[in-house]
Amino acid sequence: MKFGVITFPGSNCDQDMIYVLETIMGQQVEQLWHKDPDLKGCEFIVLPGGFSYGDYLRSGAIARFSPIMNSVIEHARKGGYVLGVCNGFQILTESGLLPGALLHNANQKFICKNVHLKAQTFQTVLTNQIDLFKPLNIPIAHAEGRYHVDADTLESLNEYGQVLFRYCDENGKVDAAANPNGSVDNIAGVCNREMNVFGMMPHPERAADAELGNEDGKVLFESILNIVSV
Amino acid sequence: MKFKAEIDVMPLEALLDPQGKAVTSSMSNLGLPEIENVRIGKHITLTVEAADQPEAEGKVEEACKKLLANEIMESFQFTLTEA
Repeated sequence: MKFGVITFPGSNCDQDMIYVLETIMGQQVEQLWHKDPDLKGCEFIVLPGGFSYGDYLRSGAIARFSPIMNSVIEHARKGGYVLGVCNGFQILTESGLLPGALLHNANQKFICKNVHLKAQTFQTVLTNQIDLFKPLNIPIAHAEGRYHVDADTLESLNEYGQVLFRYCDENGKVDAAANPNGSVDNIAGVCNREMNVFGMMPHPERAADAELGNEDGKVLFESILNIVSV
Repeated sequence: MKFKAEIDVMPLEALLDPQGKAVTSSMSNLGLPEIENVRIGKHITLTVEAADQPEAEGKVEEACKKLLANEIMESFQFTLTEA
């Protein structure tokens, strides 16, 4: 499995993502630069977190027009895998590869803390190894993470099993008190209808190394490899 | 011909605008409790080269739809004048 991690100007989680995929998970990783449209034969493209283009205009709005994004969109349309974390998620919604948008947190603050997540489905490449009854403890770090979709889209996301994660408390209870940013229906991550494009605000790559004292995020990478490893 | 566009991008009415809400709540602190419903958007100006007004409108509309506004969360309107 060859992974490609894209660096945009302002990406700051690209090296963390590369470290986890390469060193912890033992995969081949290509570092891709946003100005080069060549995906270099990578089968799984990752858009990392950060502040691409300084979050100017809207988070992810300008990165969406980086030269590499046409290739990413084409890759996704052909069924190729794409994962966006945090700013990567914002870029994917701006690109139209994922439904919805990410608005300023309801409390207007940058929130950096560990939160609990409950996987909503094990029928995806990203979540197939996750115990749906065990909340994962994974950090978030964002100012624009309030997931929004209109009521019709929300209904179809639920109907087609596209909601990947919901914010919950440590016991797995999904309610308003466990919602850090005001996201509709506590949604922390979604995928597209075809289930090959994934986006999430929490950072699994920051919780995948024993040295950091938290490996709850590792199961997402194990899920990917479980399905797509050759 | 060169045209100048004045573009307003506003958060959709149905959505919570936390920035506007925070400013609204500060109005009573400064002795203006009569002021309500503050909503905060963006004002963008640009110039565009086009053969005529309809062509300029088309280009600005395209810029708004593709980049300057995200219609999932924002609405936009603009006026054009000859620069």
